[in-house]
Amino acid sequence: MSRILYKQQFSDDVFLMRLHAPLIAEERKAGQFIILQTDDDYGERIPLTIADADTNEGSITIIFQVVGKTTKQLSFMNAGDELPALVGPLGTPTHIEQFGRVVCVGGGIGVAPLHPIAQALKAAGNHVSIIIGARNKDLLILENEMKSIADELIICTDNGSYGRKDLVTAPLKELCEQHPKPDMVIAIGPPVMMKFCSETTRPYHVFTQVSLNTIMVDGTGMCGGCRVNVGKEVKFVCVDGPEFDGHLVDFDNMINRLNAYKDIERHHYKCFVKNAFKDEEVVL
Amino acid sequence: MSYIPEEQLITQAKCLFEEYLPKVETLKVKERQKIPCQEMPTQDPLVRSQNMEEVALGYSFEQARVEAMRCLQCVKKNCIEGCPVKIDIPRFIDHIAKGEFEQAIAVVKETTLLPAVCGRVCPQEKQCQLYCTLGKSFKNVEKSVAIGRLERFVADWERENGKVIVPFVKPSTGKRVAVVGSGPAGLVVAADCRREGHHVTLFEAFHKLGGVLRYGIPEFRLPNDIIDKEIETLHSMGVEIKTNFVVGRTRKLTDLIEKDGYDAVFVGTGAGLPIFMGIEGENLVGVFSANEYLTRANLMKAFDKKADTPIYPSKNVMVLGGGNVAMDASRMAKRLGAENVYVVYRRTENEMPARREEVLHAKEEGVVFCYLQNANRIIGDDKGRVRSVECVRYELGEPDASGRRAPILINGSEFEMEIDTVIVAVGNGSNPLISQTTPQLAVNKRGNIVVDETQKTSMDKIFAGGDIVLGAATVILAMGEGRRSAASINKMLAEAAD
Ligand SMILES: Cc1cc2nc3c(=O)[nH]c(=O)nc-3n(C[C@H](O)[C@H](O)[C@H](O)COP(=O)(O)OP(=O)(O)OC[C@H]3O[C@@H](n4cnc5c(N)ncnc54)[C@H](O)[C@@H]3O)c2cc1C
Ligand code: FES
Repeated sequence: MSRILYKQQFSDDVFLMRLHAPLIAEERKAGQFIILQTDDDYGERIPLTIADADTNEGSITIIFQVVGKTTKQLSFMNAGDELPALVGPLGTPTHIEQFGRVVCVGGGIGVAPLHPIAQALKAAGNHVSIIIGARNKDLLILENEMKSIADELIICTDNGSYGRKDLVTAPLKELCEQHPKPDMVIAIGPPVMMKFCSETTRPYHVFTQVSLNTIMVDGTGMCGGCRVNVGKEVKFVCVDGPEFDGHLVDFDNMINRLNAYKDIERHHYKCFVKNAFKDEEVVL
Repeated sequence: MSYIPEEQLITQAKCLFEEYLPKVETLKVKERQKIPCQEMPTQDPLVRSQNMEEVALGYSFEQARVEAMRCLQCVKKNCIEGCPVKIDIPRFIDHIAKGEFEQAIAVVKETTLLPAVCGRVCPQEKQCQLYCTLGKSFKNVEKSVAIGRLERFVADWERENGKVIVPFVKPSTGKRVAVVGSGPAGLVVAADCRREGHHVTLFEAFHKLGGVLRYGIPEFRLPNDIIDKEIETLHSMGVEIKTNFVVGRTRKLTDLIEKDGYDAVFVGTGAGLPIFMGIEGENLVGVFSANEYLTRANLMKAFDKKADTPIYPSKNVMVLGGGNVAMDASRMAKRLGAENVYVVYRRTENEMPARREEVLHAKEEGVVFCYLQNANRIIGDDKGRVRSVECVRYELGEPDASGRRAPILINGSEFEMEIDTVIVAVGNGSNPLISQTTPQLAVNKRGNIVVDETQKTSMDKIFAGGDIVLGAATVILAMGEGRRSAASINKMLAEAAD
């Protein structure tokens, strides 16, 4: 059980929550994630990255976008409510050291997990350039937080409603062409974005780390549902990752695997939303 | 053997019971040998392959007593030799024959804690029943006394009649024991250490307790109610339970001792690391480890329309492997609506490690067995989903030094089967999570934790048992190791108190 301490809505579909989880707050490191359930009998287990932690309050912060039934259900919960199941911190923490010049690229909700990593990289003495992108201005998150870390912050929106009208790969390419070129790139966001970031940096031989968000069940290496091809090897994202060398990840296979249950998930989501609205009418 | 309806078996047993009851005290060996074996009543295969309810329905009162009368009550009790925890088998069976069920279950519980589970899942035909004199006299292990079914009968009788007694807990010793993992090994350690008056905390990574009993072995073979009952007993004994707690991640193993003040730790984290075949196409959409498939279906209840966790919709399923896990996965796939389920095994039926009963049940339910065959590569469609599997055939070669005939690949025997779902059930390695986060802990090449004869690990105050030590083994062996570990922990803590 874990109590929701605070909830904030960023946009129609994006929410931030602080959850009471003192042990996780104490142990977690940048790059790690939790798994939660909104119902521990029939609910599914969904992984979410830890965006921040506060050991004084004994809390962790998650930022999530409503993409299916469980995240929708979660978005209906409020401060004071109890989450029946929360487990973590899971995954291998990000390897942080002084690399030199680092570019952090965050797409959409991926900016949330990128934040603690950028913070840690900055603290380790790196020069940190940050590129954040979203479909439009409303979907942009953590701009101020990122601004306070970045040596250089570049904002892109797909429709040009804010910052540059570009995909994040455009400024990334520019940075790769500069001298000195970046020592490392970290890209976190939708799979397609991470794929194209990796393709962008490949010709420049800039090491590019991506953080994968595969389907998971247990999150402890027991089921293999989260497996991906990395180079010639098969890796379990929940224990070997979530971070891997983007130049080695087989993104196409990963994207296919992510879509394995699309139809069923869409159906669950529709049923849930339909029911939720029915209830609301009853309440009104 | 074909399916016989429950009513028929029960009626037959009633007649036999009336015939033999008057002579129960005086039955001669010859007479006992003549009593027919009592078959386990089951749900009709056609019905059960569409539902999740338990397949084996359990003996009726008369069946149990008739079966118990078959026991020869040998002077040399070979069956006990075959039992990993040395249950006094002839004694508990004698009580059943006499209708003294309360005494019977008491005998069983002297040495085992989970008889309702073991009666259902132990490979008896390779243990106690293999050594049974009666079976030997017929040169047929299937004619041995059905010890497992009798064990199940008395355990169910106890539970269903509200006779389960919460074990006596000694006054508090002030000592604290951490048990990591709630599979059979952990459950036993929790109970045995708590009985001695120690404070016990049971840590479990999942949101539900039971380990493989919960997430692996399906409801139709081991109903959740039975596990729930065992856990309720631990609750009543005052065992503290912490689910959603991954030792090694939420808290380091050593922190349990150094920061949280536990005086002893037991590690029973099981063998949860799925082994894949390493063949082409194994990461296509529609290929699952049995662990994933069964966890979705059992723990996450994907068989139920109410559940949010999806299960892959299948028509033609291929299960690779020949153990209990393969049987469970294939029978589960059938229940989840697959039209054709093929179990593909490299050797023949004789070598299959699965419990005999599960193989028979799977066949009755329409699972097709393909022996001397293996998957060579998995072929996908343009969306990266499984479309077919290329298989190869084997033949049995000459017996090797151990007398076993090894399968030999037949060159050029490739052929393709139209398949949309592949479930890999070729074994489990040991989950490295604890050892990776506790580098001081000695493990062997296979990643199993190394222990001495008292189950102590290379680290002070830390003990281990079950699959994490043995590699994927059995419930009864895990339980036995749990028993031994608890005894060592209790001894260590008693000595520390002196
Ligand atoms: C599908 C299937 C069918 C089987 N059928 C049979 C059968 O018919 N008969 C038989 O005798 N045996 C059978 N077995 C084998 C048997 O289930 C195991 O040998 C037995 O359960 C092992 O018990 P255990 O207590 O060692 O571990 P497990 O039952 O594996 O339990 C380990 C528990 O520890 C938890 N855990 C792991 N890591 C951590 C951590 N770091 N922190 C906290 N908790 C953790 C796990 O979540 C799990 O709940 C089967 C196995 C499977 C998978
Ligand atoms: S989620 Fe099951 S192994 Fe990674």
